[in-house]
Amino acid sequence: MLIIDNLHASVGDKPILKGLSLTVPAGEVHAIMGPNGAGKSTLTNVLGGKPGYEVTAGSVTFRGQDLLALEPHERAAAGLFLGFQYPVEIPGVSNVQFLREALNAQRKARGEEPLSGGEFLKLAKDKAALLKMDMEMLKRQVNVGFSGGEKKRAEMVQMGILDPAFAVLDETDSGLDIDALRIVGAGINAIMRSPDKAVLLITHYQRLLDVVAPDKVSILAGGRIVETGGPELALRLEAEGYDAVMA
Amino acid sequence: MTTATLPTRRDEAWRYADMDGLARLGVAALDQWKDITLAPGETRRHAMVVGSAAPELHRIRLTIGEGARAELFVTNAGGDYTRVEVEVRLAKGAHFEFGGVTIGGAGVTREFVTQVVHAEPEATSNQTVRAVHWAGATGNFLGEIKVARHAQKTDAAQDFKGLLLEAGASANAVPQLEIFADDVKCAHGATVGALDEAARFYMMARGLDPATAQRLLVQAFIGDAFVALEDEAERETLLDAALAALEGAKL
Repeated sequence: MLIIDNLHASVGDKPILKGLSLTVPAGEVHAIMGPNGAGKSTLTNVLGGKPGYEVTAGSVTFRGQDLLALEPHERAAAGLFLGFQYPVEIPGVSNVQFLREALNAQRKARGEEPLSGGEFLKLAKDKAALLKMDMEMLKRQVNVGFSGGEKKRAEMVQMGILDPAFAVLDETDSGLDIDALRIVGAGINAIMRSPDKAVLLITHYQRLLDVVAPDKVSILAGGRIVETGGPELALRLEAEGYDAVMA
Repeated sequence: MTTATLPTRRDEAWRYADMDGLARLGVAALDQWKDITLAPGETRRHAMVVGSAAPELHRIRLTIGEGARAELFVTNAGGDYTRVEVEVRLAKGAHFEFGGVTIGGAGVTREFVTQVVHAEPEATSNQTVRAVHWAGATGNFLGEIKVARHAQKTDAAQDFKGLLLEAGASANAVPQLEIFADDVKCAHGATVGALDEAARFYMMARGLDPATAQRLLVQAFIGDAFVALEDEAERETLLDAALAALEGAKL
């Protein structure tokens, strides 16, 4: 599904990713953990195509396509979803309008028929219920006045509606209380656990991995993947810390 | 009465005007005032789209009777110099609502010039103007508010926001307040900025192409000017005219 090979990327003149290689096959949930400043958010932003992040070497192949050659909206249409660490507020635009336009833009790019207003609302209602979110919140402006936890839950409702093949979730667990963490984790499982989908789950903590059991865990440090293992690697990290495990 | 000569930029109300455009309009255009009088208690609303390939000057004089309410909403999307002037005189307890959008590129100047006179007590006025420009274009809002000595309990508000889609475009706000009463509320605010890049990237990451993301963000931005317009069909007409002008804008 996703093959990252020897990826180097800079922000401004500062190199952040320094030869990162990682393969995530379909059906896999792959957790990325790493100390602050390791390059986790840079990896997310480079995969999403955010302006200001320059790839200086290496390649990213997504479902057989050169991901880095695509514009951000083309990456979305190709099946990539970015779960933001800090979801953006968009005053004056309702969730319903935003997501319907986004979904239909993706469908159009894939040569599919647009959803009607009624079909879309039914879909939105289903996915909101999955994340235990009140439909009234989806009628409000995108993320405006949402608490940190509500924003993260709204991200997962968006993911449910857009139904991507691959999700990069950047610290989706930050800002969540224990109950919300369970709901969000169950949402990730319901939406993304499938033989033809995959997830890159970027997190600092074991607690989300208790709910969304990863198949693989990798440690990102100094802009590279320094170790990959099974779920036990995350438990070791939680118990011993990065310095001990990476030593 | 005929105005003998064209004004100059030294006249405060013509400070940011396109004097060449005005010259092409000619002196005669200055005399064409549209006078509208609202009887006490009357409510009247007018929504209009102005702008063509030629320069345009619209001069409106509103006399609003006691307790009456006048609402004016304008999309100014001219292809040449386009100026809308409104002179308002409010009687006791009257209200004036104004929502205006200037939008466009092509180096053109589009502007609103209002003078609202609170001549008697307890009148209110609310003006909301949004300007969206690119390609060397200019949007102006010159808003003068005059509160007479005995016009106590006046409540007058003015709000301007400019959105510049690229360097070289400009937006000017000139609020002018002349207040002779002491128990009044007069608020004004003006900001000018660029498109929210974080919001644009967020929208693109969800699958919206750059033009659609920009259109949604501009629609949200200018929407403020027309929130007080209750007739949905009229509101859509004004928004659609503004967004149609956005086609071909810098992304």
